[in-house]
Amino acid sequence: MNPTDKAAAAGTGTPPAAEWTPRIVAFFCNWCTYTAADLAGVSRLKYSPNVRVIRLMCSGRVDPQFILDALSKGADGVLIGGCHPGDCHYVEGNYKMLRRFRLLRRMLSDMGIEPERVRLEWISAAEGDKVKLVINEMSAQLSALGPLNLPGKAKGWDAELTAEREAVHA
Amino acid sequence: MKLAYFPGCSLKGLGRAYEESLLPVMKHLGVELVELDDWNCCGATAYMAVDEVKACVLAARNLALAEKTGQQQLMAPCAACYLVLNKAKHYFHDYPAIKKTMDHALAAIGLKYDGDTAVRHPLDVLLTDVGLEAVRQKVVRPLKGLKVAPYYGCQIVRPYATFDDQYNPTAMDKLLEALGATVVRYPLKTKCCGGSLTGTVPAAGMRMVYILLNEARKRGADCLATVCPLCQFNLDAYHAKVASQYGPVRVPTVYFTQLMGLAFGLPEKELGLNRSAIRLDWRPEPVPTPASKEAVTA
Amino acid sequence: MPEPRNGVRIGFYVCHCGHNIASMVDCPAVAAYAATLPNVAVSRDYKYLCSDPGQELIKRDIAELGLSHVVVASCSPLLHEHTFRSATEAGGLNPYCFHMVNIREHDSWVHTDRRLATEKAKALARAGIRRVAHHQPLEMKRVPIHPDVLVVGGGIAGIHAALTLASAGKKVYLVEREPSIGGHMAKFDKTFPTLDCAACILTPKMSAVRSHPNITLWSYSEVVKTDGYVGNYTVTVRRKPRYVIEELCVGCQECIDSCVYKKPMFPDEFNEGLGKRKPIHIPFPQATPQVVLIDPEVCLNFKRGVLTDKCKKTCVEACAERKAIDFNQKEELKEIKVGTIIVATGFQPFDVKRVPQYGYGTYPNVYTALEAERLVNASGPTSGEVVLRDGRHPNAIAIIHCVGSRDRKTNRWCSRVCCMYSMKLAHLLKEHSGAEVYNFYIDIRAPGKGYEEFYDKLNEEGVHFIRGRVGEVTDWAMTPEEEGKLVIRVEDTLAGFVRRIPVDMVVLSTGLEPHSDAQSVRRMFNMSCGTEGFFLERHPKLAPVNTYTDGVFIAGCCQGPRDIPDTVAQAGAAAAEAMALIDRGHIDQEPNTARILADCSGCKSCIPLCPYTAIAFDSATQKAVINEALCKGCGTCVGSCPSGSIIQNLFDDEEVFGEIQGVLADEPN
Repeated sequence: MNPTDKAAAAGTGTPPAAEWTPRIVAFFCNWCTYTAADLAGVSRLKYSPNVRVIRLMCSGRVDPQFILDALSKGADGVLIGGCHPGDCHYVEGNYKMLRRFRLLRRMLSDMGIEPERVRLEWISAAEGDKVKLVINEMSAQLSALGPLNLPGKAKGWDAELTAEREAVHA
Repeated sequence: MKLAYFPGCSLKGLGRAYEESLLPVMKHLGVELVELDDWNCCGATAYMAVDEVKACVLAARNLALAEKTGQQQLMAPCAACYLVLNKAKHYFHDYPAIKKTMDHALAAIGLKYDGDTAVRHPLDVLLTDVGLEAVRQKVVRPLKGLKVAPYYGCQIVRPYATFDDQYNPTAMDKLLEALGATVVRYPLKTKCCGGSLTGTVPAAGMRMVYILLNEARKRGADCLATVCPLCQFNLDAYHAKVASQYGPVRVPTVYFTQLMGLAFGLPEKELGLNRSAIRLDWRPEPVPTPASKEAVTA
Repeated sequence: MPEPRNGVRIGFYVCHCGHNIASMVDCPAVAAYAATLPNVAVSRDYKYLCSDPGQELIKRDIAELGLSHVVVASCSPLLHEHTFRSATEAGGLNPYCFHMVNIREHDSWVHTDRRLATEKAKALARAGIRRVAHHQPLEMKRVPIHPDVLVVGGGIAGIHAALTLASAGKKVYLVEREPSIGGHMAKFDKTFPTLDCAACILTPKMSAVRSHPNITLWSYSEVVKTDGYVGNYTVTVRRKPRYVIEELCVGCQECIDSCVYKKPMFPDEFNEGLGKRKPIHIPFPQATPQVVLIDPEVCLNFKRGVLTDKCKKTCVEACAERKAIDFNQKEELKEIKVGTIIVATGFQPFDVKRVPQYGYGTYPNVYTALEAERLVNASGPTSGEVVLRDGRHPNAIAIIHCVGSRDRKTNRWCSRVCCMYSMKLAHLLKEHSGAEVYNFYIDIRAPGKGYEEFYDKLNEEGVHFIRGRVGEVTDWAMTPEEEGKLVIRVEDTLAGFVRRIPVDMVVLSTGLEPHSDAQSVRRMFNMSCGTEGFFLERHPKLAPVNTYTDGVFIAGCCQGPRDIPDTVAQAGAAAAEAMALIDRGHIDQEPNTARILADCSGCKSCIPLCPYTAIAFDSATQKAVINEALCKGCGTCVGSCPSGSIIQNLFDDEEVFGEIQGVLADEPN
């Protein structure tokens, strides 16, 4: 299935395929990955413009709700960036994130959301080029996957539930 | 182990002594070589110099044929084939435009190359897969007393240093030591043999041949061991010419596989030793036969 | 679109940053768009918001328009957040009622499509505006700072930093891993371009360290653990056994004379193995501290067990009633409290074995530059006479520049000092041996005070300079003159042909590399390394001695290759930065700490997550409590609270959700 078909199959509210580009919300830790993204800027590296970075102090602060909230509000993918293992500014926040991430990925696949849509990367303050690489790679991957359109799907699910309920009541 | 085998034109022509010695040696070590059916020119020499893309397409056909056989590995004993096949694979992966041409050309003859075949040099297989210990165990006539200058030539470690150091390769040094030979320190081991120059600028080519031979002689080498048919020919065929210009420097040049065959006690006529212009006369001690052993004890 | 919040009046400002932002983002369009968003009372674009008039604009708007919150879309908050918070505060608001949106590093500089970059800027602005509406006034957290300083590394950088701090009345712990301080500089014979004797200028500083009442010198010691944070570090130092009690040894060295080994026979580290020492030894004559040590690897008493007939413990006899020698000495762990740390761990020279084509190890007369330094040094193994390993005196010497440097295969960087030290060695070798000296260089880099003049001087002295990267050092001779010589094969790129130059001695001017254990040191002090492995400064121009960890500073070659003048300047700067912190007496910390809300269910799942043990369980209320003084503000507990009962200042759920909603709201047309 090509992205266009996929978008069509995904149901309502999908913008025309020609204009569609994936939307990525990124949660970057202040000390490593956010700084690396700054370095990418200072080094004038060029990457895909469809990523929106939200700064947190530590990847350990990333609440699974943030990820789900982003997807439910129309993000096609979520990227989490933290310090490399052993390098966390707060000793071990990144490990805590890793644990949550593993669990969340399982839950996402149960919900029919492709696991590639949520990605965790360790990017140190010196790895500006990795920021570029990961964002471009993810952007290409999501383009191939097509829109997630969770808001549209949720509407469909709601309608289905309402119909079922009405059928029961009738 | 089993590998696809790409002899290339040299090993069927001028360098047939290389094939003649390689095949029995590999067989003796349990390495099965299956010659590629309907192989073609590897794309080296003139092709590579004139049109890299065409050379790559030629090489790609051989790589595609190898993939078709289902063998993951292709042995290319000739240094030039080894280099060009590796280069074609490198270009296939790193230069999309060249890959496109390769794909297109191969598609026209119903072939496809996925870029997976590993191109292996016999030295690499001997050291990495067979192992020096297995080689040592097959030695029945140690090359004791033979002083060898290991000569790798310019192509097998440059630019692709896949299995040995680019500046100071030592794979053959180790192999020769395992055979019982004495390895002479030979700082010219990766220098150009002059092979491409003997035809075009003969004076320069002869000078290089002379330097290589003379330095081996000065360091007391009984012979040079090589991995390349062009080097072997170049260092073997021009002795008279070199002698007339610089004085005699008689040093035979043999394939490392020929020395392996000698050390393994394989029949000499199988090893192509008599094909050289300057022959290696040295022979290891014969294998002690049961009869002679008895004679000694008696 | 969310409902406007009562009483929230946001001022939004987008900065052109000259062309930096404006060339890729349509700033007036972003401002016009932001003006349409709820709660936005004023929206402006301005050329340079960080300038005084820019800040004035914000201050004036706060007062005149009665703003409650401010959002600035400009560069990275890591650069100017402080500036704009101050402006917000100066305008009469709490500085935390401000949010900064990064549209330069994260937008205009990394994208190439003006339309898409402008859309991105609008989305980020929208997110910032939504978020800031939730910001509450906060107060800075103030913690006291411990006045003592730890300096790690006793090379010239560490020595200078320690002395500067000590002279200002600060207590300093100087920890050095080798038995003596002095570092690489102590091994140099002379220093460029003035040709000062390195020992003459360094040893007074070394003894000043030893005698300074404010400096505690721990040589032969290593930091093994660092805990805490700026102002309050707890550091564990391992003091390795010398088998000599430092306080009792007077440095008379009688023990060395009376060792059962009558002749020195073990490679001497200080002389790069060119000289020999005994099992009991002192690294070099000016070693600081002046204390001997025993090498247990070769000392007979250790090798043969405690009682041996071979070793008569003559050193113990010689030491007599001073009783300084203690074969039972064990390593010791010391714990110290400091407020700031200066890391000055230096470099290691490039390993020449990685370039086999230059023949080090194959040809005995190929030397590293550091070996050459020892060879020309009056207190070196040959007393300054240039005698080769084979006993000959050289008539021709080659110095190969850029060994391991400026090469994709090894290290890509220029090591900055090699041109100059190569020329210094050229001068010294010529002076000591009278040999012809050839320098093989790629470019001569002599940018320093008096450096170019030094190059001129060498040209006048008749030192040869050949431009070309050497292909190989070999011993195959083509002419009778080359027999028995080392031949340099090089393309002379000025003359345009390949040359063969026979010499007797080759010096490899090795580049500077990060220490092989730099990664573990980096972890120990919570620093970052750049891609090449040197410690990363906070800002390459404006914070060159700071790191991303407050209170940890770097100086010298651990940050990148540099010469002695630059190293000393940097060490002074690091000392000044540390003093600036100490003398303020306290540190203001971001108030981004976490708090427990009243609806905490008491599940205790947050307690083991906190790496700072800042969370405790109050059995009276059956709820968790956070000790604000210990909280560092990572938010890990907040992210994992199952009942949403923990909030983090500045990163509260509402704020982050607002930001998520903002970046994802339907794209404006």
